[in-house]
Amino acid sequence: MDFTRRNAIVLGASAFAVFALPKLAFAATGDDAIAAFTGGAEMADTGVTLTAPEIAENGNTVPIEVNAPGATEIMVLAMGNPTPGVATFAFGPLAASQHASTRIRLAGTQDVVAIAKMADGSFAKASSTVKVTIGGCGG
Amino acid sequence: MISRRDFLQASMAATALYGASGFGNWGKLAAQQALTQDKLLEFDTFGNVSLIHITDIHAQMKPIYFREPSVNIGVGDNKGAVPHVTGADFRKLYGIDDGSPSAYALTYNDFTALAQAYGKMGGLDRVSTVINQIRGDRPDALLLDGGDTWHGSYTCYQTQGQDMVNVMNALKPDAMTFHWEFTLGSDRVNDIVSGLPFAALGQNIFDAEWDEPTELFPPYKFFETGGVKVAVIGQAFPYMPIANPGWMFPEYSFGIRDNRMQEMVDEVRSQGAELVVCLSHNGFDVDKQMAGIVTGIDVILSGHTHDALPEPVLVGETIIVASGSNGKFVSRVDLNVQNGRMMGFRHKLIPIFSDVIEPDQAITALIDEQRAPYADQLSEVIGKTSDDTLLYRRGNFNGSWDDLICDALMSEREADIALSPGVRWGPSILPGQDITREDIFNVTSMSYPEAYRTEMTGEFLHVVLEDVADNLFNPNPYYQQGGDMVRTGGLGYHIDVSKPQGSRITEMTLLKTGEKIDPAKSYQVAGWASVNEGTEGPPIWDVVEAHIAKQGTISLDPNNSVKVVGT
Repeated sequence: MDFTRRNAIVLGASAFAVFALPKLAFAATGDDAIAAFTGGAEMADTGVTLTAPEIAENGNTVPIEVNAPGATEIMVLAMGNPTPGVATFAFGPLAASQHASTRIRLAGTQDVVAIAKMADGSFAKASSTVKVTIGGCGG
Repeated sequence: MISRRDFLQASMAATALYGASGFGNWGKLAAQQALTQDKLLEFDTFGNVSLIHITDIHAQMKPIYFREPSVNIGVGDNKGAVPHVTGADFRKLYGIDDGSPSAYALTYNDFTALAQAYGKMGGLDRVSTVINQIRGDRPDALLLDGGDTWHGSYTCYQTQGQDMVNVMNALKPDAMTFHWEFTLGSDRVNDIVSGLPFAALGQNIFDAEWDEPTELFPPYKFFETGGVKVAVIGQAFPYMPIANPGWMFPEYSFGIRDNRMQEMVDEVRSQGAELVVCLSHNGFDVDKQMAGIVTGIDVILSGHTHDALPEPVLVGETIIVASGSNGKFVSRVDLNVQNGRMMGFRHKLIPIFSDVIEPDQAITALIDEQRAPYADQLSEVIGKTSDDTLLYRRGNFNGSWDDLICDALMSEREADIALSPGVRWGPSILPGQDITREDIFNVTSMSYPEAYRTEMTGEFLHVVLEDVADNLFNPNPYYQQGGDMVRTGGLGYHIDVSKPQGSRITEMTLLKTGEKIDPAKSYQVAGWASVNEGTEGPPIWDVVEAHIAKQGTISLDPNNSVKVVGT
């Protein structure tokens, strides 16, 4: 049978709410927020996956996903927004996976950044450029 | 073991023809004597699987003239790479003689003279003959339609795609993917697709609300052919809600989704697929990039950007086949698959010379049946072209059809500046040819045709041009939407395609006065094909028809208002 997300959400809604606790990041710039989150530590290129569209179908609601096996927290930033902080997802020790998806609003074409804090205190970063366009001329 | 390259055999049918000793001495009869159906379709059947690819028909059921582009600029890694090669460079690359049938079919030079010699191309009744012949060689050959099928003509507009559905169903495709079809609106698309007697595929067609795959558009389908288990994975146009009005199909989301493409390839391989074919409407450069990222696809049948290539392009172990548009070409790809591995292929881009390939009478009758209720409307002559005016569209910047449409918008809507979408469909009209209502619909037909009139500031006009230019000239193909630069009337500019977004467009000039465009000043702008809901105005075909009727004979000056650098 096809197990759709509709079913999954009905079944899993309560469990999800326990483990994913979005909290907003309030730093003034994206770089400040990264510095505050990592304390200036080096960030690995691998360990966190960020899935975002190359071109947003609607800049007001852009679906993104982050996945970082073994992470305790994942911070998401929209570097070009007036307020870059999007969310920080925290995962408890009983979380079955360190994965979250949400929709974000983008003020224009910019980089979306995800930084994962691993259980051993190390950090990993992924970045993706999302283009926001007025569109209109398809072949 | 013999490597795949040793098996690589590719040819364009017409290059095998004799003659082609230079244009000038050829009367129409002499030219066509060299072309025979047998020669065009000659193919030494190879391996154990045959694929037939047709794409971007844009509802052209009858033969048409279609001039290929003179300007098709590649950027980034694709600078100077196929399909961004035109004219003499294209002929040199593929060893095509000037004035030959291939030169006419694939390049733009001497188009008017060659068109008179070689005649119209395409016609789905001729396409049917080609398909039948291939099925004669290999009865279980797979016919795969790359989409942009149910859009682009008067009858298609009036019947909401039913004419094309009826005719294509008679050709018995095995699978299809999509783009402009969705501009019929999701209700109509759902209605047609529910009743299709073949697979409607799109691994990247998602439910917008839940961001999950749909039931109506499965990602792939398995076929058993020649004892080989073949998986065909569909890839619809990724940027439909951006390039076209998303409000017409709000339930759907698209995107490239190459991660999922990889998952689907892995899934079909684990289920025993011996050959993996991707039926794609990505556009050629996007397909090329995807082929370098996703592993395990044997063949990509590429659509959207309307490129016709005499040979496949090889990326790693994936071959990419591009089959043109408007019914001009059919690609045949024979493959030898042994022990779950593609061991070799033979390919032919078959040009559909309509005077040479015998029409399939049953399909001719079916096409005529679709057109009969509209015969009077279709055939009404609105005007004609002068003896020195060829109307065409294809190219990165303004074509003469676009210039005519922009002129119509400016005069009929009393505007200083006109904007016309950079679409790649729309057949050509030869000098001295009548322009019928059907011809006008062939270059304007769509479900959001309102010709708006509005005020735009110079600054906003600059943003519009920069935005569209980046959709065409972003060095990363994944950020391109296909299509060409928005066409402008009454407005000249310089473009440096090598610059980043925001600094490509300079020297914007109001042609009427020769003054520089003032960012703070407002201008009267007329345009059409807006993706915004609630756009008001008469349909563009009425605007163009009124303009042509007033002119009688259409004569256009060369358009030198766009200067291109950085190529």
